[in-house]
Amino acid sequence: MCSLALFPPPLPSGQTTLCESNNELLSGTSTEDRPKQVRFTAAVLPLSLYFPRESLKLHSRTESSSKAAFLDHSETLWMRSAAAWRDGGLTGLLTEITNSHTEVPKWLSVSSGCTLALLRWISSFHGSLFPHLTLSSEDMIAEFSQVLNWSDCVVRAFSWHPHTDKFAVALLDDSIKIYNPKSATTPTLKHRLQRSVAAVQWKPLCASALAVACQNCLLVWHVDPCSLSTRPSSGCAQVLSHPGHSPVTSIAWSPSGSLLVSASPVDTAVMVWDVAAESCVPLQRLGGGGVTFLSWSPDGSHVLASTPSTLFRVWETRMWTCERWPCVKGRCQSGCWSPDGSRLLFTVQGETVIYALTFTDAPGSPGIPTGSSKGPQAAAVVADLSETTFNTPDGDIIQYYTGVIFSVSFNNSSQSVSVFSGDPQAVDRPAIIAVFKTRTNPIFELLPCGFVQGEPGAEPRLMQFHPNFQHGALLTVCWSTGRITHVPFYFLSTGVPHFGLSGSPLLPRLQERPSAFANQSLFTELIS
Amino acid sequence: MFSTEQSCWFVRKVICWRAAASIAWAVLLLPPITAVFIILSRFSFLHPIHTISECLSLLTSASAIFSFILLCGVILMVGFLNLEYYTVIPTIACSKIALLGQLLHPRQFVSSVVHCIMGIIVAWCCAITIGGRYETLGYPCIQSDGSPQMCLNEYQLILLLAGAFVGFSHSLLGVIHNMNYVSFHTVQQYKYLRFKGSLPLVVKCSAIQALYSIRNYIVVYFFLGYIPRAWICKTLNLHLTSSAHPLDSIAGLLDLSLFYHLWISATFLLFTWYITLLLFRIFVTEVYSFPVQSSFTEDAHQCLPKVLLTDKQPMILKFLALQDLALLSQHSPSRRCEVFSLSQPGGHPHNWNAISGECLSLLADLTQRLVAYHDTVATNGRAKSLSTGSERKTSSETSVTSGTEDLMSPRPTLLMKTPASVFARSIVGGPQSPLTAPFTPDLDSPFASPALRRLTAPVEQCSPWHGTVQSPHIMRRAPKLWSTSTDSQVNGSFPPSPASVPSPKQEASKPSLLAQFLQNRKEQVLHFVTDQNYNVILPEASSQALFADSQAHIWALEGLSYLVQASFSEDHFGVVQTALPSILSCMLVLQEAVDRHFKLPHASSKPVRSTSSIGDSTYKTLRFALRATLKTAIYRITTTFGDHLNAVQMSAEHRKRLQQFLEYKE
Repeated sequence: MCSLALFPPPLPSGQTTLCESNNELLSGTSTEDRPKQVRFTAAVLPLSLYFPRESLKLHSRTESSSKAAFLDHSETLWMRSAAAWRDGGLTGLLTEITNSHTEVPKWLSVSSGCTLALLRWISSFHGSLFPHLTLSSEDMIAEFSQVLNWSDCVVRAFSWHPHTDKFAVALLDDSIKIYNPKSATTPTLKHRLQRSVAAVQWKPLCASALAVACQNCLLVWHVDPCSLSTRPSSGCAQVLSHPGHSPVTSIAWSPSGSLLVSASPVDTAVMVWDVAAESCVPLQRLGGGGVTFLSWSPDGSHVLASTPSTLFRVWETRMWTCERWPCVKGRCQSGCWSPDGSRLLFTVQGETVIYALTFTDAPGSPGIPTGSSKGPQAAAVVADLSETTFNTPDGDIIQYYTGVIFSVSFNNSSQSVSVFSGDPQAVDRPAIIAVFKTRTNPIFELLPCGFVQGEPGAEPRLMQFHPNFQHGALLTVCWSTGRITHVPFYFLSTGVPHFGLSGSPLLPRLQERPSAFANQSLFTELIS
Repeated sequence: MFSTEQSCWFVRKVICWRAAASIAWAVLLLPPITAVFIILSRFSFLHPIHTISECLSLLTSASAIFSFILLCGVILMVGFLNLEYYTVIPTIACSKIALLGQLLHPRQFVSSVVHCIMGIIVAWCCAITIGGRYETLGYPCIQSDGSPQMCLNEYQLILLLAGAFVGFSHSLLGVIHNMNYVSFHTVQQYKYLRFKGSLPLVVKCSAIQALYSIRNYIVVYFFLGYIPRAWICKTLNLHLTSSAHPLDSIAGLLDLSLFYHLWISATFLLFTWYITLLLFRIFVTEVYSFPVQSSFTEDAHQCLPKVLLTDKQPMILKFLALQDLALLSQHSPSRRCEVFSLSQPGGHPHNWNAISGECLSLLADLTQRLVAYHDTVATNGRAKSLSTGSERKTSSETSVTSGTEDLMSPRPTLLMKTPASVFARSIVGGPQSPLTAPFTPDLDSPFASPALRRLTAPVEQCSPWHGTVQSPHIMRRAPKLWSTSTDSQVNGSFPPSPASVPSPKQEASKPSLLAQFLQNRKEQVLHFVTDQNYNVILPEASSQALFADSQAHIWALEGLSYLVQASFSEDHFGVVQTALPSILSCMLVLQEAVDRHFKLPHASSKPVRSTSSIGDSTYKTLRFALRATLKTAIYRITTTFGDHLNAVQMSAEHRKRLQQFLEYKE
């Protein structure tokens, strides 16, 4: 098991992590500090972006309060009831009837008031079972999003295209921008229904489709990569919605690009969408009170679905059956699959460790659902990120406290894992990004690599690996300041690791470091 | 029924058993459904315990058991009708008149009558179980003059007629909503889970549909109810009581308990039928795993390549085979290995050749069909008149058609496939196949739309596949030659129905009043038939009809692309490489044709989703699914092979197109 204590000490403040080479995270105060060789390859890096908060036009008022700007329009009770039924369903209708007690017969208003009270009492009972149901939908997205402090974050979602160098950024003003280094236009996507974007993801094996999880629905944009238009019309977006399935907090495309799954903390069913046909199959399983996070394994065989209670499920995608995985402490916050789909790393809220599950695929047995009978019996701890102290060269003691491990992610060649942890409640303890190297042969291990640090005062909010970066791995980090930076890790993705830890070729060692930990066998493995 | 020479092994061994299993489950589900119905129909809030004990005693009574046996018989009949009428390729009426033709089809008429009778039987059972005032049709009463006689109990009559009406409207809606269409799901689930998942929808649909049907029924009964009442009174020698007021009055129909009982009976009827249909769909679309190759020669005809190749078969067999192909290519490495294997003596990749050849010919069929459609349909989405259509057909020497010919040249057998064969094939030989025949419109019938008939007609001289040597001058002159005789052309393209219009020659000899009258009638009928509103090809419907069997193409595309992707690492003998150029060019040509099709207006308009109907509307969106699958399939090949594709031989145009895919610019 790897722990934070084995990590090289963090950079002095003011230094920014620029790149990795030879198993070291190189730092500097500006981009010019990069070593020459690195700077050469840095030419292929995508641009760093900066979205200052002031540049975004925020909604000055919410949708509902715009009613006040208009003159009071007296409608008949019948019209108001119809509108209430349309907008708020049964609850809305009952509220409307109760409120307009001057116009309706007394028994009607009284009985609707009683029904409303009864409904509220039942829903509060339900809410006491699943406390998250009492949250408003914005709070719910903030609670279950993969972004730290989602409601306050300038960059709310980020997604690399799985095959090319373009990416999509969802911003605080509910717009989505698409950056492509090969084209001068940066399309901005706006839609009437595109509010409170919780996640975006590009469709694999497709150049144009981008799925967006919104507050009330799912949107699938079709952005023609050859188009010169900077504002694609809302006709380019397909709206996928299902009653009771909002807010959508997580989406995942199947790696074959044929299906899209979506999850809502309110809905106990995972929706499997056939996007082209706009039809969906709900996979209903009781228990858990909803589904918060979905992750499809890169080989397409399993889907992780975590719930707001201490339970997560792993679906196999051939016959769509699932395994239940109860956790002890808290809900499953995040998870990621190794690129071959055999290993699942996940984190649990309330624990500062990373667990691993290994799925042995049974080849050549089409009828038997994998994982159900041959799956692992228990998860193993592979890394411990609990509180550690470091002595900096200046003599200060930096205390690293990791409240919640927010997200983990594997890079495309399974050579590194980055972990991003932080506590939304603890203001004085900054969130950190720790990077591990992985080794799968002979056993699966996590080895320490270092901390990624931004400019002073910037906290990481969101991170993602580039899915196919030729020179190694590329970690994209969105910071609290609104900046998006890329940290390249130079290693040969196909090469054999030379020193067991780093396979960085070409670059001469810049400085001899006592890389003692390279030969340490401290990293035990707990996987049978 | 299936005659012995037509029923193939698959129908005998698999489909019939699946249908039998679904019916058996439906019969097993009948007791709980009936129990729920009895409780719901007799429940009274004032005496809940009394109601329950009454229901229990009713459930064990002889009349309940008799009516239960009757209900089982109805379920058996419904299940049998499902098996007889189901189709995997929906019949899409391209015009309103074609829909009318479907509704008046003799087979459909038989089905409607059977549904009416079954509706009456179910309603009678409901009347028995509800009891009370519904129990008997006649009751003894004392007339005003004091003589005892039998009187008509109108409550049972209204319930029985409601059953007939709901059964009839169910069979009509079945045609309109293509309820006999069986669609295959993209998400595979176990049967029980699928059933459980669709149960709420079935409950909702049957309740809503019953509500609408009963509403319509009450309106009909209000106006026309006296006719069946008088008829029944006459035939059964019953009398109407003067004391009880008749039910076809506003006061009689404003009976809430009567309405509730009618509605719950109709819901019960529709629910049992829908459950039977749902179980049939679930059972029949279950994945069937065909062996890729068999070591025994007597089983050779059951192997996947053979099943795919044979044409004389029920369409469901081909669909299940293609579904199995798509799944094995995705999920099962060992079966993929069998596909890539070589034959033991000789070393030929027979399996791969058969599978890829059949998939490619399916895709080429679709390409040709799209090209033919595009040529016959004007850009405004409506069928052109004959002259302009043919002119366009000859002059449109577009890249798509030439592309098709490029593709066809290495496979000379495909050249023979004219659009006629494409369409004949797509509707499975029409009358020969009992499985899909019932609702396919007779293409020779006067209701068939002219453009569809033109597509299915044998290719004329001027088609690009035959006489491409014609000079463009002649073609440009063609419309002038035709435009003189518009009248004859109308007669030619829309032959009036022989039943409604008498032969004009007989009247022409004697110009009498009768002839004049008949001539006027004829013109009216002609006008009706050719009226823009009735016989115009609904643009979206024709686009749907074009892609009606596209589920097969989707599976062919998925199967091919997954196999090609797997061949990158699993194909040890290089059998796939020989077919790679033809697969790529076939897909690219199809891509071009599909792109062109979606440029037509109406082709890309989304159909309205209806959630409150049990009818499956998957076929309405098949074209979008095909477009998405096609793109994904090409991307799957290009991402797997990458720059290796530059070594594949193909035309410059296709290479350019492929480069777009390699750069992710499509």
